[in-house]
Parts: sequence; structure tokens; C-alpha cells
Amino acid sequence: MNSFSPPPADLSRRRFVQGVAIGGAVAGLGLLRPSNVWALTNPGHPTVLSGTDFALDIAETPVNYTGATRLATTVNGGIPGPILRWKEGTTVNLRVANRLRVPTSIHWHGIILPFQMDGVPGISFDGIAPGETFLYQFKVRQSGTYWYHSHSGFQEQNALYGPLVIEPDGPERYPTDRDYVVMLNDWTDEDPERIYAKLKKQSDYYNFAQPTVPDFFRDVREKGLSQALAMRKMWNEMRMNPTDLGDVSGYTYTYLMNGAAPAGNWTGIFKPGEKIRLRFINGSSSTIFDVRIPGLRMTVISADGQDVQPVPVDEFRISVAETYDVIVEPQDERAYTLFAQSIDRTGYARGTLAPRQGMQAEIPAMDPRVWLGMQDMMGAMSMGGMDHGSSHAPTPGMDHAGMDHGGMAGMAGMAATPAPVVRHARTEYGPGVDMHVDMPRTNLDDPGIGLRDNGRRVLTYADLHTIGGPIDAREPSREIELHLTGNMERFIWSFDGVKFSDAKPVHFNSGERLRIVLVNDTMMNHPIHLHGMWSELENPAGQFQVRKHTINVQPAQRITYAVSADNPGHWAYHCHLLYHMEAGMFREVVVS
Amino acid sequence: MKVNRRNTSTAPHRSVWLAAVLLALPLAATAQSAPASSSTSSMDMSSMPGMDHGSMAGMTMPAPASSAAKPATKAPAKKAKKKPVSAAPTPASHAMDGMKGMDHSTMPNMDHSTMSDMPMPAKPAASAAPVGDMPGMDHSSMPGMSPGAMQGMDHSATPPKGQGDMTGMAAMPGMTMGPMQGGSPPPNARSPDYSDGVGYGSMKGMDMADNASLGMLLIDQLEAFHGRDANGQSWEAEGWYGNDENKLWVRTEGERSRGKLEDGDLEAFWNHNIATYWSTQLGARQDLGEGPKRTWAAFGVQGLAPYWFEVEATGYVGASGRTAARLRADYEMLFTQRLILQPEAEINLYGKNDPQRRIGSGVSDVQFGLRLRYEIRRQFAPYIGVNWVRRIGTTADYARQDHQPILDRQIVAGVRLWF
Repeated sequence: MNSFSPPPADLSRRRFVQGVAIGGAVAGLGLLRPSNVWALTNPGHPTVLSGTDFALDIAETPVNYTGATRLATTVNGGIPGPILRWKEGTTVNLRVANRLRVPTSIHWHGIILPFQMDGVPGISFDGIAPGETFLYQFKVRQSGTYWYHSHSGFQEQNALYGPLVIEPDGPERYPTDRDYVVMLNDWTDEDPERIYAKLKKQSDYYNFAQPTVPDFFRDVREKGLSQALAMRKMWNEMRMNPTDLGDVSGYTYTYLMNGAAPAGNWTGIFKPGEKIRLRFINGSSSTIFDVRIPGLRMTVISADGQDVQPVPVDEFRISVAETYDVIVEPQDERAYTLFAQSIDRTGYARGTLAPRQGMQAEIPAMDPRVWLGMQDMMGAMSMGGMDHGSSHAPTPGMDHAGMDHGGMAGMAGMAATPAPVVRHARTEYGPGVDMHVDMPRTNLDDPGIGLRDNGRRVLTYADLHTIGGPIDAREPSREIELHLTGNMERFIWSFDGVKFSDAKPVHFNSGERLRIVLVNDTMMNHPIHLHGMWSELENPAGQFQVRKHTINVQPAQRITYAVSADNPGHWAYHCHLLYHMEAGMFREVVVS
Repeated sequence: MKVNRRNTSTAPHRSVWLAAVLLALPLAATAQSAPASSSTSSMDMSSMPGMDHGSMAGMTMPAPASSAAKPATKAPAKKAKKKPVSAAPTPASHAMDGMKGMDHSTMPNMDHSTMSDMPMPAKPAASAAPVGDMPGMDHSSMPGMSPGAMQGMDHSATPPKGQGDMTGMAAMPGMTMGPMQGGSPPPNARSPDYSDGVGYGSMKGMDMADNASLGMLLIDQLEAFHGRDANGQSWEAEGWYGNDENKLWVRTEGERSRGKLEDGDLEAFWNHNIATYWSTQLGARQDLGEGPKRTWAAFGVQGLAPYWFEVEATGYVGASGRTAARLRADYEMLFTQRLILQPEAEINLYGKNDPQRRIGSGVSDVQFGLRLRYEIRRQFAPYIGVNWVRRIGTTADYARQDHQPILDRQIVAGVRLWF
């Protein structure tokens, strides 16, 4: 394993990463627009709106997370926007008023609804023009934890998002004493369009953990020259970066928990012995988080709003746009830190569970940043993909002498699931694609880069089993194979090497049950989100695993999921990393 | 005398030769993507820690890739770009590098002789190299392990520990192992079109940035130099505007000394992406500075070679049969995340003597610079450095006549910035 110690934080950086204690919407700065009556929203304590009729105002609101005042695009003046509490079985009416100078939209992420209500400009409607109000109206047919966000340009990065909690028609499957939303976001003072432009010009702009000459000599000292060369060889030849874990880092981001910067310390109150439900939502634009609460075991009870068989874990990775509900039962009269470090270990969101306001617990050090492993590049072609467990995952620096070939017996497990045939599209050989994976890994029990072998019990997709099984027991009648492709150097992202602008829609026959096969031909994680219909993830043997709205596909991984095309209309289908989506990793799906 | 002889006798030749080379450049670029990636792919295998057996050596790409590179092998451009590759160990000889600790002798069931069933066009070199590392392992008995046969290597079809029986693996159909980078689509590559003829809806307001045009201005060098002979200022900058596929690309470089513009040029290209890391450039160059202001048609390639070498190779054709070429490569070494050493090399070639601009035919000058910059921000970095300029051949003769130094070493200080 090769690791870096986290870079020493200088003072100005510290302020950036930690944020300022007050944070959030700036009080008393004067309202930009008379209608913006929400600007006094208390940071870190989102308002809750419940019922069936909602009025949501989208406007610019001054905020200050870093010492500099910036304009955020907010819903009702809050970051995040108000928690909307709906009830399953009711019809909700949401009047969304646009008080910006540009068009806007709200997409209800993970909600199954008529496509005209889905809120994607150019696909489900024309968007909400400045000064206009759009009425979203639909019946709520599900329960659980979801969220909403803008689907216009980069507004989502600029804080146009909020939590969505839907009470079930009947009693909660897992009753609790307290219920908190924990929304994670990445805030930047920069104009997100500038971030996008910078990535296009220098894709490693925000990566300040790149391999250096001193790193090389350290490895020569510790591992010998040939090892040090070998572990760099493939990366250098392929012109790819082993530290490429995220596009945008803590260099510009301040990570938020319920709208509070780490220094702001969002706090949830509890009484020892209580059962607390924490509804984690990753509403970031570009940040995957690893979440844990030192001292508390979490029981995962729901994924993407869908109840699962309870899984006790110490830690889970929450990709962009995913939600996980966990139950914790703190017994002691003490504070606990909610710690959500970014996948690239450049910062963290942080909050506290405590018996009283003002208490806090120790904040753990961030884990070391690890180089991408062979299995992140070559999938099953590396030995790691062959041994089914995540525990022997090799990394470029691996000591081969210690490699247990007896572990090959583990491959017996694979005999049951023959290696899938990967079919690259003929369009995957152009300038927009920088690698192909011919033998992707298919196992779901790998927690992913940076979480392997960390000594903690980390959630994987293999742990998730939706209660009640699939919504549709039919065997998929056909397969659509799509490859996640990109060129990191040029910051081009696509499906099958074809960007959205050059692509045709993907057609589902109305009523069919089909299988989507995704092969990640890149070294990055991609949270793939299909609007309007559930994605029912399958295990490597093709059996139902878990129902989700956003499925994170790890580097060099192949996953499959079944979709019932039961919702006619036009739908967005894309990578939920905002900058990947904007760069072209996007399709329109037509169900007809 | 020497100068003249060279001038008269070789100039016509040289023009022809240069023109040929230049014409080959775009080809070279296209080819580059293939060979670069094919070598890459085989090397991947080598550094793959868990990769079993020398099979990977056999994975060296099909011959067409290397033959595609052939036309370019004589081109100087090729040389510059190939450098990083050739500097690297060859795939074959290092196929086993990453497998140090792999002790095949402890795998009793492993019978490599049975591998001979694997059909494959072997690269002769592949068999020899690994032997040193793996005594007893006779790769030569694996005549021609085809990329397709690699599939079998995934062991999944073999009974546990029954690795001796690898022949069974040939049973895996349909799998085509290609290079990890580049290459061309296999004949059975699928279509990306799942539209069934269904088109887009009529909604407006789609707001995607995937085809948006962006612009960049990079002033790579804006510096004062202090040489043995003269002091002055020089610059090297480029700017572009366009989308992923096509850009208008402008480049300029030059130097001022003794209060006047001595030498420089301005180039404008249509820059078109042709491969993952490569694009072609087609345009014109206008010379600036002292002497006649020559205008050239320009064409070339630029891109990123393996091992992160930024490479530019441009050929020029001017009036009265003038030809020229410029090759440039640079590299970045990170001492910290912000302290970066940038070596840069440039070679200029001309097909004809141009006494008015004091340029002789052949290689006219070679430059090598080392600049150490500190990125206060990514977009703003002051630097200091050393730059060597060596005039060569007839150009050097001209310099002597003009009492100019043949070799100048300059201390430079400047700033790098981009927008």
C-alpha cells in the first residue's frame, strides 16, 4: 500500500477547509430582492415544511463559509433548502418560483412520477423562466429519504438543493425516537462554470496530491528501485494519474453537513439510550464521502429510500446523490463526531451527536490517501479481482513476495459466475476515451479505493438486500450494455465514447423488463442515475440485490441492473458527478 | 567552403527529405496512438502485480500496430516522441518485472507445457526475456499465445488449483482482448445506438456544456534572460478557442534584445483531436524580427507522449521551396505540489540556407531549458532557470561571421501564467 500523509494545513487553508463558525446564509446583510424573505434561515438547522402544498422560492442569497461573502442560489434562502416532508399516498403541489435572472428547475431525485414533473429542462419540460412559477403536482407513491436539486447548468453546485423525507403510508418499519436528516454538500466560493473551464484546461488543477520526485525516492528507499519504477510504470505509460480520486478537491471545497462547515459543527441532540435515525444524503456536486461515527456502530436500514435488511457497519461510502438511513443507539452521556471525509482525503464534513448543544468529541484524523490499485485500472485482470474478497486487493506497491497464491483457491467462487463477455462499442476508440477494461471485476463486495483493509466494517453493495425483493419478478428480456468512458487528460466524459451532444436517445420499450449492463472503462467512480424508474442492482450471478436510484460504479467494474420500463416519457440518465454530466456523460432515455 | 558545399550539394536533397518527413508527421501522429498504446498495454501487464505467468508478454499487440508506426520511424518527430518509450524498458524484457516475488516453483500443479495449446503469434523476444526471472519456466513452449487466449487466463473456468489444465480456458468464447488504450474497434464491436430510431422530444432548455467552446491563454514563458553575449526578454505563449474536437490554436515565441525584436514567430492552426492524447495542427506561421518576414504553411502534431512528455512537431513549407521543422518537448517534475522543474528541448531544422535571416540548412539550433517554477496558484508561477542555445552547422558559421556566440547559456527569470 502506498499512502500519503494528509498535507499539512496552513492557516489560510485551514480556514478554507474548516469554514467559519457562523457560515451559511448571511444574516443582516440586506436582502437582494424584496421577495427573499428566507434569508434569515438558521444555518445548520434547515427549516422543515410538511403537508401537501409547498411554496418554494429560488433566489440568490448571500452566504459566507470561508470569510468571503458569495451569492448562493437557494431554495427559500437556506443551505440546504427546507426539508420537505411528504406522506406516501398524498398528492403534493409544489409551486416553484424563479426569482433569478436565469432559467431554473427542481428535480425530485429518486421520485417516481410522471416525466413532465421530473424537472429536467430540455427533457421533461422547458425549465422555469425568470419570474415564472411552475406548479409541480404528482402523487407520492413511495416513502423514504430522497432529495431535490436543480437540473439547470451548475446551479446544483451553487447550493440549489434540499432534503426530501417521505413518511410511509403505514408505520415505519424501524421506529426510532429521533430522526435527523444529515445532508452532505460541497460548497465552493468559485463560480462552478469557472471550475468546469479550469478542469477542461488542466484536469488535475485541483489535485494537490500528485506523485512527486521525493515520493519516488522514498519508494526507492523503502521498496527498492525496481519496485519504485514498476509501480509507476503503467501510470506513466498510460499517462494516467494514480491519485486521480476526484476532480474537484478541498482546495476549493468547504464540505458541509446540513449547511454547516466543520467549524460550524451541526449538532443533533439525543438522550442516551435513544434510537436515532440518521438520514444521510450526499447532495454534493463532485464529492464522494466516507462516513463514520467513531464510537458508534451504525445499522443501515435503508438505501436510496428503500428499506433494506439491517446491516451493522462502522463506516459506509456514500456516492454522490445516494442516500443511506442508519440507526444509532448511543448509550453514553457523551458527544460523538459525525465524520464524513472526502474520497480524496482533502477535507471532511463534520457534525456532532450530543446530549447537549455545545458539546463536541474528538475529530479523527483523515485516513491516508491511497493510490488507485490495479483492480481500479484493470478489473479482474489483476489478481485482486480474482480473489473475491476485498481483503487481498493488490496495489501497485504491493509486496509480491507476500502474495499468497494459495488465495487463488478463492477463485473457486468465481467458477459459478463465468467472466462476463465485455463488448466495447465501436465508438470507444476515439480521442474521447483513454482506456478500455476487457476483464472488469464484477464483485460487489469491494468497499472501494481507500476503504479496503482499513480495519473497520465497511458497507458494500453486497451487504444490501432490499426487503420484499424486486418490484418486478420477470427475467429481463434483453440487455443494453453501456460503457462509462472518458479522457481524464482532456476532461471529456461520455457513455460508449459518445458525448450527450453527439448521441441518440436510448429507447426502452414501454412495459419491458430489461437489463442494463454498465462497464466502467475509467479509473474513477461514477454514480449513475436513471430518472423515473428504479434501478434494481443484481449480484454477479444475476440475482436481485438492492433497489436504488443511483448506482455507483467503481473503476474497472461491471455491474448489471434490471429496469422495468413502466413509466413512459423522456428521462435523463447520467453520471451524477456534475462536471462529468456537463462534460457529456449523459443520455436521454425514451420509454415508449 | 564547407558551408558552401553543404549549401549547394545538399540543400535540394534536404528540402525533399524534409518535405517527406513533414508530410509523414500527421501519419506519425495517427500511428503514434496505436503503437503507444499497444506498447502500453503490454507493459501494463508487466507491472500488473497479480498477473499470472508470462502470458502477458504474449499479449503484445498484434503486428499491425507496430507496422503502422513504421512510416514514421525516420521522422525526427517520431524520435522525439518515441524517446520516452524507448527510454522505458521494452515490454518483453520487462514483462516479469512486476512479479518479483512470484514463485512458480511453489505451484506444483502448474504445468506450463500444457499451455502450448494456446494458439498465438508470438513475438520472438517475448520468449527469451522472462527466463532469467523465472528459472524453469519455458515460455518458448507457448508458441503464440493470442490475445484472445488471454481470456482463458482468468482462471474462472478452471477447477480450483487446477491451473495445470489451462487448455480448458480456450472454451471461453467471444472475448476480445484489446489494448488498454487506443487501438481500433474489433470487427465485432457493438453499436452505441440504442435509439431504435426514436428521436429526441421537443422540450427546450437543455443546458449542457459538453460541446461548449472555451478559450485558454497560456503564457508559458515570459522572461528576462542574461546571456554571455546579450541580455533581453523572450516569450513563449499559446492560446486556443474551441470545443473538444476542434480549436483555433495560436502560438507565438520570440526574443527581444538590444532594444529590438530579434527573432520570433506567430503561428495559427486549426487544431483537431485525432487520438486520445494527440491532435493535428494545420495552419500558417509568420516570422517576426530581423530579416525578411517569411510566411510558411505549417502542419504538425502535438500531444502527450507516454511518460507525460508534452510534444510538438511541426513542419513548414514556405515560398521558393523553403522547408523547415520544429520539434519541441517538455516535461514536468514535481518536487512538491507547487515546486515544479520543467525541462524543455527544442530543435529547429531548415531545408535551405537563409543568409538574410542568418539561418543555415540542416539543424540550425538546439535549445535546452530548465525552469524551476513555484505555483503560487496554478495559474500564476514565477520561475528561474537556465537556458542553453546551441547554433549548429551553417547557422553556427553565420554566427561566427557575425561574432555571435555559437553556444549561449542564459540565466532566465520570468513568470508563467494562464487564464
